[in-house]
Amino acid sequence: MIETLILYLKVFAVGGAICIIGQILIDFTKLTSGKILVIFLMAGIVLESFGLFQPLKDFAMAGVTVPITGFGSVLAKGAIEAVKDKGLLGALLGGTTAAAGGIAAATAFAYLFAMLFNSKTK
Amino acid sequence: MINAASKEVKEKYDKLVNEMTPKSPHLKNIIMAFIFGGLVCVLGQAIYDTSSTLFPNLSSTELGSVQSIVLIFITALLTGLGIFDKIGNIAGAGTMIPITGFANAVSSTAIEFKKEGIIFGLSSKMYFVAGPVIVNGITASVIVGIIYYLIDLIF
Repeated sequence: MIETLILYLKVFAVGGAICIIGQILIDFTKLTSGKILVIFLMAGIVLESFGLFQPLKDFAMAGVTVPITGFGSVLAKGAIEAVKDKGLLGALLGGTTAAAGGIAAATAFAYLFAMLFNSKTK
Repeated sequence: MINAASKEVKEKYDKLVNEMTPKSPHLKNIIMAFIFGGLVCVLGQAIYDTSSTLFPNLSSTELGSVQSIVLIFITALLTGLGIFDKIGNIAGAGTMIPITGFANAVSSTAIEFKKEGIIFGLSSKMYFVAGPVIVNGITASVIVGIIYYLIDLIF
């Protein structure tokens, strides 16, 4: 019970801290939101490639996997593991396969809800 | 025509982001980003833990997918209902940096472009804002895979 509480506090603190970095980039640079998302994504890919993401994940779980850095780590990890298994073909199969759930969900749910709802900002 | 409309939306989007950011007090923005970002991650962890109890045969990687999928579903629904924008205005990076920001960028763009048609509006432009995440992410993963393959060959 107390372990769960400590985990959730770590998730909250680390996830919040990552978002603070994002907020600083929004407030103090002229970077657009698209660029900021790509920077965080690439950070996840680089950290995963050097084996540095797993220790962060072991420590804070959703605190590092929910930010878009987690999506980057999933892509890189998928490619790295698939290469071990399938060789060069794995480089092309691994990343997208590992990220399939997120890509399919973002695409299909956006499509379906866009069919159901109309723009509110008018 | 299509380009002009795309540009218009991009300008509108950037303008909205700009309107939201520089004038508001930085400290408040940072506190809100921390609180909302932390809460979104806690929600993700709760989804992960609940799924691991409900579906004990799923691997941790698959549970990670479930965590993302549920957060994306909630975001797409709240975006459609017009609620997400209101939360995002307060939360700033707190909802933009988590996977919710990516999902919102896809959903809100899909809804915005629906008026240009299902195929050439909604379908072709839904990744107008969030596309760079997919394009750069997949390309980088292929490069990382090839580098790992070459390292394996050499050593």
